[in-house]
Amino acid sequence: MPFIPHTEDDIEEMLAAIGVDNIDALFDEIPDELRCGELDAIPPGMSEMELSRLMQARARADGQPLCFIGAGAYDHHIPAAVWELTTRGEFYTAYTPYQAEASQGTLQLLYEYQSMMTALTGMDVSNASLYDGASALAEAVLMAVRANRKSKSKRVLVPRNLHPVYRKVAHTIVRNQQIELVEVAYDSGSGGIDRADLDRYRGEDYAALIIPQPNFFGVLEAVDELTDWAHANGMLAIAVVNPLAMAVLKPAGEWGEQGADICCGEGQPLGAPLASGGPYFGFLCSTQKLVRQMPGRIIGKTVDLDGKPGYALTLQAREQHIRRSKATSNICTNQGLMVTAATIHMSLMGSEGLQRVAAASHANSDKLTHALTSLPGVESLFDGPVFHERVVRLPIAANKALRALAAHNVLGGFDLSDDYPELGDAILVCATELRSEDDIESYRSKLERVIASQVETPCQLKPDW
Amino acid sequence: MIYEGSRKGRRATAQAPLEKADLSSIPSAMLRDSQPGLPEISEMQAVRHFTRLSQKNFSIDTHFYPLGSCTMKYNPRACNTLASLPGLLARHPLAPETHSQGFMGCLYELQEILKTVTGMYAVSLTPAAGAQGEFAGVAMIRAYHDDRGDTARDEILVPDAAHGTNPASAVMCGYKTREIPTGDDGDIDVAALKSALGPQTAGIMLTNPSTVGVFERRIKEIAELVHDAGGLLYYDGANLNAILGKVRPGDMGFDVIHMNLHKTFSTPHGGGGPGAGPVGVSKRLEPYLPVPMVDFDGSDYLWLTEHERPQTMGRLSAFAGNAGVLLRAYVYARLLGREGMHRVAEFSTLNANYLLKRLMDAGFDAAYPDRRASHEFILTLKRQAKELGVNTMDFAKRLLDYGVHAPTTYFPLLVPECLLVEPTETEAKEELDNFVEIMMRINQEAETQPELVKQAPHTMPVRRLDDVRAARELDLAWRGD
Repeated sequence: MPFIPHTEDDIEEMLAAIGVDNIDALFDEIPDELRCGELDAIPPGMSEMELSRLMQARARADGQPLCFIGAGAYDHHIPAAVWELTTRGEFYTAYTPYQAEASQGTLQLLYEYQSMMTALTGMDVSNASLYDGASALAEAVLMAVRANRKSKSKRVLVPRNLHPVYRKVAHTIVRNQQIELVEVAYDSGSGGIDRADLDRYRGEDYAALIIPQPNFFGVLEAVDELTDWAHANGMLAIAVVNPLAMAVLKPAGEWGEQGADICCGEGQPLGAPLASGGPYFGFLCSTQKLVRQMPGRIIGKTVDLDGKPGYALTLQAREQHIRRSKATSNICTNQGLMVTAATIHMSLMGSEGLQRVAAASHANSDKLTHALTSLPGVESLFDGPVFHERVVRLPIAANKALRALAAHNVLGGFDLSDDYPELGDAILVCATELRSEDDIESYRSKLERVIASQVETPCQLKPDW
Repeated sequence: MIYEGSRKGRRATAQAPLEKADLSSIPSAMLRDSQPGLPEISEMQAVRHFTRLSQKNFSIDTHFYPLGSCTMKYNPRACNTLASLPGLLARHPLAPETHSQGFMGCLYELQEILKTVTGMYAVSLTPAAGAQGEFAGVAMIRAYHDDRGDTARDEILVPDAAHGTNPASAVMCGYKTREIPTGDDGDIDVAALKSALGPQTAGIMLTNPSTVGVFERRIKEIAELVHDAGGLLYYDGANLNAILGKVRPGDMGFDVIHMNLHKTFSTPHGGGGPGAGPVGVSKRLEPYLPVPMVDFDGSDYLWLTEHERPQTMGRLSAFAGNAGVLLRAYVYARLLGREGMHRVAEFSTLNANYLLKRLMDAGFDAAYPDRRASHEFILTLKRQAKELGVNTMDFAKRLLDYGVHAPTTYFPLLVPECLLVEPTETEAKEELDNFVEIMMRINQEAETQPELVKQAPHTMPVRRLDDVRAARELDLAWRGD
């Protein structure tokens, strides 16, 4: 029996001790008419060997294409030691550190994580993680509405150049509490937040302004002015940042005169593989003043009975297992193991290493943009400075171009036409430090051929994927 | 502390690009003017530091971990290995369907397996953990009532023994909550339920077997009462391990459920996650399931999104939830197969009832001595606390000295001085016998040397911590020496 250690003798002895004849008798409190029959629709069990064959075939089927998509998930090098250590059973198979004395490893690691995230973002405090970047933003919105005592509104300003799915997720999570997300336009020239559109809300009662850095187009925002604008209008500033970008960009805690109030985002670039979108982790940092409004686990350093330093879950009176319906959030399980990987990742990379990765990704995306825009009819759309992603417009239908490229095993970017139809055949492209010059040239030459064939015989191309 | 080994200029150079590329196209006002303050250590220092930290943890791989309500069973290594194959780790979440058939096939089959084992009409895998599944479930209940114009329903009923996530999730969906008391026999007080039901009732959230470790025997009657009042039934899947392949939430009359794959399907708990909390629904809630979901048209696997499912309650994460956790659960389900599912319930229940019986024979008090245990049970140490001045927390801490992770303490709140014990099906009889021996020894110590127990633990990396100081003198991040 897989993973069940009982021998026939064990079973007999245990049943005798309980005083029943068979195992089925242990279910005698379940009404007979509710008992289910055989689960025929589930296939029979497999051996590890058979299942390995199946999973390897499936993993191979997905082809490991050359990837130039970012759009919220980025292909970075992860040092070998990160997952070697993270999958040690003592990390992998522990649970939430409720028994602090027997969980000092996880607790100290989480404190170190909080320390690194506050250093990276320039904020005062960090929690121990949320599910992912999108749900972290939703929690940041809820937190801002609770925390902004000056504002009576339950409205938050959300720029349209924030990741479209983040906007959807935040809406899904906050809508039933009658919180309204009001969209601010982007500037069609720079790709940054449209200041004139933003100024329409000057003096109005909103709880917060969301400021992405970089935004979904990869463009860098004028974060100092935007943060000051929010504060001047009685709003909190919620930063949504790529943590890798924070290694080189001005940290959220230093934006404007007072810094952002809340900083959140997707932790994936810090040691999590692409892995189809998860598990990743959301991070959430804030000023000291807002710490009691934070959702999720927070670790504090304290001392034991002998005065020896130790670590424990703290401020638990915010949490669902204590406060129930009055809690700051319903979150219980978070993304502990991903945070373990991120903490080890940041320790191995160090400040200099993370800066080099950020700079290399920036430089590679520049090279990619140059290579692609050297093709006739391909143009870069926005003139604002970028971190490591860029919007380019194609001279042919974007969806067809991407499908044709995929047939050549190149994932050419994210098709923006669904979310931003006004941009035409625009795609969002990214080249991290992992993409070599050969990779970029391979993409350029394939796109060249795809464009040529589409221009000559419009819509005739039928790739065999 | 990692920063203590940090020295300016020391680095694990092999990890990063060899050169620092140029950033001059970014205006200098946008750049940071200091380094980001991460530790500067060598690779070996890091490896040693984190290896040593890991050794300060109890875990399933190293210790018996009977943490009630958390299902700390063995996490098969194959699940990790096969979910971590290079092709699966490298797949970008936005890769087109042409490059995703292998991955999507696993998700689709997992959806089908979970449908079958729970008796629900349809399943969406995207919620990232149990609490997010609860949120999704209650939001679907709300969407259902709203779509019918039945908007006066503003209350969710929750048993007093429920997990704290239940009322917290209901509130996130804009509902008020009302508590229903538990009867002396551990079942819900049906008379109290009847008087609480009314036109304001949107639904009820139940765990079955309940958090007090017994099967809710009148579940059919409860389902009828709630449905007759126009409400829907939510099943908290925290205890699904106890009934896998024996009885299905769909057959009990539940309209929506979440499953904790990190419990029942043995994905790792990871020091506090990641989990996965798929939701299953009855036919009437099917249109509202969160997206994305995976469909199969007979030859290809396809994503179902807002386009195909316009009534969806929405999205809960940037991509498709905790995909890697779902893959681990899929591998686990395929290893078990149909014949392995009911064994999970059988042997977790056998272990729990055996352990309960032996502890009762050894003089410990069960909270519900006349009931059959499910996969877990509650002891109450009220007598020890009163007569010996040694309480549940003291027992829990002393267990650590004997190399056993403490069961869940002081939950559910309605049983005084309680220990919620869940041995799981993967523990051998001798491990359970050893636990009984240890509990007896601690009880003896409580009688003869109470201070030894009250001061425990004595052998851990730290002694009891000052929680009050942790909350009053907040130290949440290292700020240098």
